[in-house]
Amino acid sequence: MATPASTNDGSAGTLSPWALIGRRFAHHRLAVASLYLLAVLYALALGAEFFAPYPRQWRDLTRAYCPPQLPQFSLRHGLHVPAMRAFVDPLTFKKSYIEDEGAPVKLGFFVKGAPYVFWGLLTWDRHFFGVKNTAAQRPDGRPVTFYFLGADKYGEDIFSRLIYGSRISLSVGLVSIAVTFLLGVTIGGISGYVGGATDTFIQRGIEVINAFPQIPLWLAFGAVLPADWSPLSTYFAITLVLSLLGWTGLARVVRGKILSLREEDYATAARLLGASHTRILFRHLLPGFASHIIVVLTMSVPAMILGETSLSFLQLGLRPPIVSWGVMLQDCLSIQTVENYPWLLMPVVMIVLTVLCFNFLGDGLRDAADPYSTR
Amino acid sequence: MNEPGAIPAAAPLLSVRGLCKHFPVLSRGFRRPSSEWVKAVDNVNFDIAQGETLGLVGESGCGKTTTARCALRAIDPTAGEVFFRLPDGRVVDLARLSAGELKPVRRHVQMIFQDPVSSLNPRMTVRDIVGEPLVIHGLARGDELETRVAEVLARVGLKPEHRTRYPHAFSGGQRQRIGIARAIIMRPSLIVCDEATSALDVSVQAQVLDLLKELQREFRLTYLFVAHNLDVVRNFCDRVAVMRKGRIVELAPTPQIFAAPQHAYTRILLSAVPSPDPDVKMNFNVGEELAKLDAAE
Ligand SMILES: Nc1ncnc2c1ncn2[C@@H]1O[C@H](COP(=O)(O)OP(=O)(O)O)[C@@H](O)[C@H]1O
Ligand SMILES: [Mg+2]
Repeated sequence: MATPASTNDGSAGTLSPWALIGRRFAHHRLAVASLYLLAVLYALALGAEFFAPYPRQWRDLTRAYCPPQLPQFSLRHGLHVPAMRAFVDPLTFKKSYIEDEGAPVKLGFFVKGAPYVFWGLLTWDRHFFGVKNTAAQRPDGRPVTFYFLGADKYGEDIFSRLIYGSRISLSVGLVSIAVTFLLGVTIGGISGYVGGATDTFIQRGIEVINAFPQIPLWLAFGAVLPADWSPLSTYFAITLVLSLLGWTGLARVVRGKILSLREEDYATAARLLGASHTRILFRHLLPGFASHIIVVLTMSVPAMILGETSLSFLQLGLRPPIVSWGVMLQDCLSIQTVENYPWLLMPVVMIVLTVLCFNFLGDGLRDAADPYSTR
Repeated sequence: MNEPGAIPAAAPLLSVRGLCKHFPVLSRGFRRPSSEWVKAVDNVNFDIAQGETLGLVGESGCGKTTTARCALRAIDPTAGEVFFRLPDGRVVDLARLSAGELKPVRRHVQMIFQDPVSSLNPRMTVRDIVGEPLVIHGLARGDELETRVAEVLARVGLKPEHRTRYPHAFSGGQRQRIGIARAIIMRPSLIVCDEATSALDVSVQAQVLDLLKELQREFRLTYLFVAHNLDVVRNFCDRVAVMRKGRIVELAPTPQIFAAPQHAYTRILLSAVPSPDPDVKMNFNVGEELAKLDAAE
């Protein structure tokens, strides 16, 4: 930072540190790609009713464990998937599906489907993607179905449920980092700025919290969580538990940064000008590491998402009828099921994808915010 | 005959009496007994008259910065008094004022820092840095703030259009000028320069010293000028205090310090200054002589 950034370029000197961070971030291809992918995932979650081909409660029990159907294209039928016929193996009783010679299921974009109320505001019946002619019937008289990523044991559409589930799974991370942020910045800030005995007390407290074994704590928490709580209360309780354990890392970063920035001459200068504590803290110290806070928060989202998934998978967290990626994975508790119907593991793919995206994004942000840091 | 440490004839602007600052020595062990203390500043006394420049010279680590910071109440002194005469004639003890009482006094005492990088907030534009004192004390806002910032920037030799830039776009000398602009914008009466030119190239150093001189004449400023060698203070200070191990060992008018140094330590410091006279040899054995001085005590 000591080298004057090309003063002859006129504009260079007027670029704010945030603009410089933005420039450096744009060079980090993987991080930018991750950012776009995450934007797509969150957009899907926001518009779940529209993007999911089927409503949340929709199921067709006769089509349990239908395998994924990849859309095909032909001039005669347009976009379509072959019709499927259920078939039970007479020896193993394993249910499987074979392609039918009958009329294929035609697919389309912006198709009319089940009506829905979008965010409590407007009612609509268009879906981004799905069966074109919902009136079409199979030989047994039921409406034709299309399982893009396969069906689960109740014949529910995994693709639709992934989209609905992302609403919970992706927002758990955001809600808990909001709580993490509040706790971490306040407690870490007090620790670093006040110092002395307060600092020692808070630091020892953080060590105790970090020394807590997480899984037994979760087990205990799952046990005390009342079974009759509404899905919403359970959801908030889960986010709270995740962030109550997660704020310590941020508090340490904030404390360390304040301790070091407090000694910078510009902080002394502000004090000698007569600036108040609030002004020094928010105008001089915090902006110096706001980017670090963003990085730490970004890096801690995956832990929150994984936390929700693990809790729900272990049946300590969210329960059906709530749809979340962790709840969906409850179907994968037996290895035999997974072996026969591997598409039930689709939530894992989504989780890995999301977590990787957040990690790449955090990496990119850190490199952009602090180009001199070594890992 | 001029008494070396004599109080200047007029009532002094700043009067430091028995100033001490002791830092606890932290042992490496698990427990931290603080029974030992570093006496960074030990019973320091000096006065500065209005319009005067007092040099504070001594080798690195002798306690100059700590003295300067205690005098400005950037840190709390362990003991002692710092009497400061306000423009309205009232005299306050900076060492005893509460935080609330200190704020209005801050308008009249300012500091220029050694490190041109660390003394400017990298996330603020030059306008925000230089205008901040006025904002904090509610002295100007809006267009008036803008004009006064532009004026003071022009006065320290920067272009008014530099206002929208960030400190990283400036050279060391320019940054120091920004620091000077911030210090003078409230028209203080006392400015403490803590090695304000040590981090600069020799040619830039001379320019900044010239600027400080001009500003002193223009605004009737009083300087406490901290430096680690005698060379810089020769043409800049009216009187010089020589500091060693937290104490002032000699305080005299500048010509006297150079012509007839009284203390052995001052003589060693002097011998390390390159002389304009090519026949006078420079002393390269300062370390050895300082060790001898230590042993003699
Ligand atoms: N915050 C502090 N804590 C402990 N010791 C300090 C602190 N600040 C300065 N010192 C000690 O006080 C002495 C004087 O330091 P300083 O005033 O910075 O010297 P100078 O400015 O003359 O180089 C040094 O020995 C230094 O180690
Ligand atoms: Mg110093």
